[in-house]
Amino acid sequence: MSNIPTNLKYTKSHEWVRLETDGSVAVGITQHAQDLLGDMVFVENPVVGRQLAAGEECAVVESVKAASDVYAPVAGEVLAANADVEASPESINQDAYAAWMFTLKPANADDLDGLMDAATYAAHVESEAH
Amino acid sequence: MLIFEHAHPGRRAHAQAPYNAPAADDLPADMLRQTPPLLPETSELDVVRHYTGLSQKNFSIDTQFYPLGSCTMKYNPRACNSLAMLPQFLGRHPLADESTGQGFLVSMYELQEMLKEVTGMAGVSMAPMAGAHGEFAGVAMIRAYHDARGDTARREIIVPDAAHGTNPATATMCGYVVKEIPTDRQGNVDLEALKAAVGPQTAGLMLTNPSTLGVFEKTIVEIQKIVHAAGGLSYYDGANLNAILGRVRPGDMGFDVIHMNLHKTFSTPHGGGGPGAGPVGVSERLIPFLPIPYVINERDFYRWAVEADVPQSIGRMSAFGGNMGVLLRAYVYARMLGGRGMQRVAEFAALNANYLAVELKTAGFELAFPERRASHEFIVTLKKLKDETGISAMDFAKRLLDYGFHAPTTYFPMLVPECLLIEPTETESKETLDAFVQAMIAVKREAESQPDLVKTAPHKLPSRRLDDVKAARELDLVWKAA
Repeated sequence: MSNIPTNLKYTKSHEWVRLETDGSVAVGITQHAQDLLGDMVFVENPVVGRQLAAGEECAVVESVKAASDVYAPVAGEVLAANADVEASPESINQDAYAAWMFTLKPANADDLDGLMDAATYAAHVESEAH
Repeated sequence: MLIFEHAHPGRRAHAQAPYNAPAADDLPADMLRQTPPLLPETSELDVVRHYTGLSQKNFSIDTQFYPLGSCTMKYNPRACNSLAMLPQFLGRHPLADESTGQGFLVSMYELQEMLKEVTGMAGVSMAPMAGAHGEFAGVAMIRAYHDARGDTARREIIVPDAAHGTNPATATMCGYVVKEIPTDRQGNVDLEALKAAVGPQTAGLMLTNPSTLGVFEKTIVEIQKIVHAAGGLSYYDGANLNAILGRVRPGDMGFDVIHMNLHKTFSTPHGGGGPGAGPVGVSERLIPFLPIPYVINERDFYRWAVEADVPQSIGRMSAFGGNMGVLLRAYVYARMLGGRGMQRVAEFAALNANYLAVELKTAGFELAFPERRASHEFIVTLKKLKDETGISAMDFAKRLLDYGFHAPTTYFPMLVPECLLIEPTETESKETLDAFVQAMIAVKREAESQPDLVKTAPHKLPSRRLDDVKAARELDLVWKAA
């Protein structure tokens, strides 16, 4: 089983979400997702200030195998995009949970409760493996 | 090594220079080039050796089995090429009067009619010059149809997750929003998800049947009912038409638009960047929107349809008649096969795929959809092998090259982990298929006993393992003098 930290929340589409002390959330893709995709070659983040609906396609990660959309885990406004990850896409492969892609100001803090915890996400990954 | 790297100052190939070339001495002085162009200075022999060497390194259908799933890399009969190269075809000027080109035009007209017959569609235009071009034409017609009815609230195109990657791209290019729906465990479109997805916002559904999972959508009639009842149109991606050619017709399945990849199913050359040909076929209600030019028959005089003939057309998609040379090759191919021959294409494509699938399963490979009969291609998943040995589908594919086989498609469709999508096509013999099975078994054994050998493959090709990560991150396409 791949690495799934218990202090994070997760989506079905393999994003991780970290609640920051100021109420914003950082978003990246999970260890499992980067493992499926392989070596990253390109990252495109949403522009700061963009308003996202929950589940909206908002970023792209491209590996040698495939390009894949990244979805907004909750509705909110983009506060920051991580230029370091765009410059060094391989940082996602090196440490998926350190390589945050963008941060959001959630439109509604309660929406975070709808995300999965580590145990539920682990079961989700397991079920997708057939 | 590039031809520029063979260059030597002052070296020339005079034999190729035009004899008594007329001097263009009437050009204005300010338009004349002051420095010589940067061309490689090489001898004729340098050029011959360089390009002959490159051709010998080429891995192609003319030299090796090429089971690249979803691409239909089948043999291109030489007769198609010879006949399309007749001087009467090659020497035609595209602006020559139609009265002097009736032979060519009737060939194009007959090809249109044959494509209509074999797909069950009511109208065909061969103007699009590639599969993606055809897809664009198809969805543009769906949009033109809704717009002409004032039905402009239809903004969504539904695409199953097993679709070709081009489908969502096409829908987006045509200004639609893509709505993805899942497939079930058997590889079929999830009907409940489809029912939930359709509505007054639905412009249409894009579907490949057989799908990229290599299985036939058993519920295609039900799918059509759901989409049509919601007021949407249905689009057939012809990428896998080879599997059903002359046996099942998209028109009979109820599709409104289809595109055909002539460079797959009708055996015109591809894989080297084209040129391709992506004719579109439509149901009766979409005929007014067909792209021009296409050939019309007026009391046995054949001519190109122009804007005035089809005022509602989505427009002109090629300056002349599409990729005429490619269309001619497809025409010869269709004439050589005939109706019964086309059915045999599908029969043998399916037979070869199923034979290969069963042989590989018997040899211990895991099929992604073991309960389903393969249509013309099938998926092997190497996930178990990867978990046990660390050998990935990519490593496996690279090692197959050492055995003289082009690798199957890897990592597509993305739904299946560590997959190989294998399409043998109808033009391969049983002996070739058996040899491929033996190579697959040999590589699997190596993965288990000498994994390093497989991880560092290929070993016998002119290039070893390429650093595709570096190539993608540091794209370097333009040669510069050192």
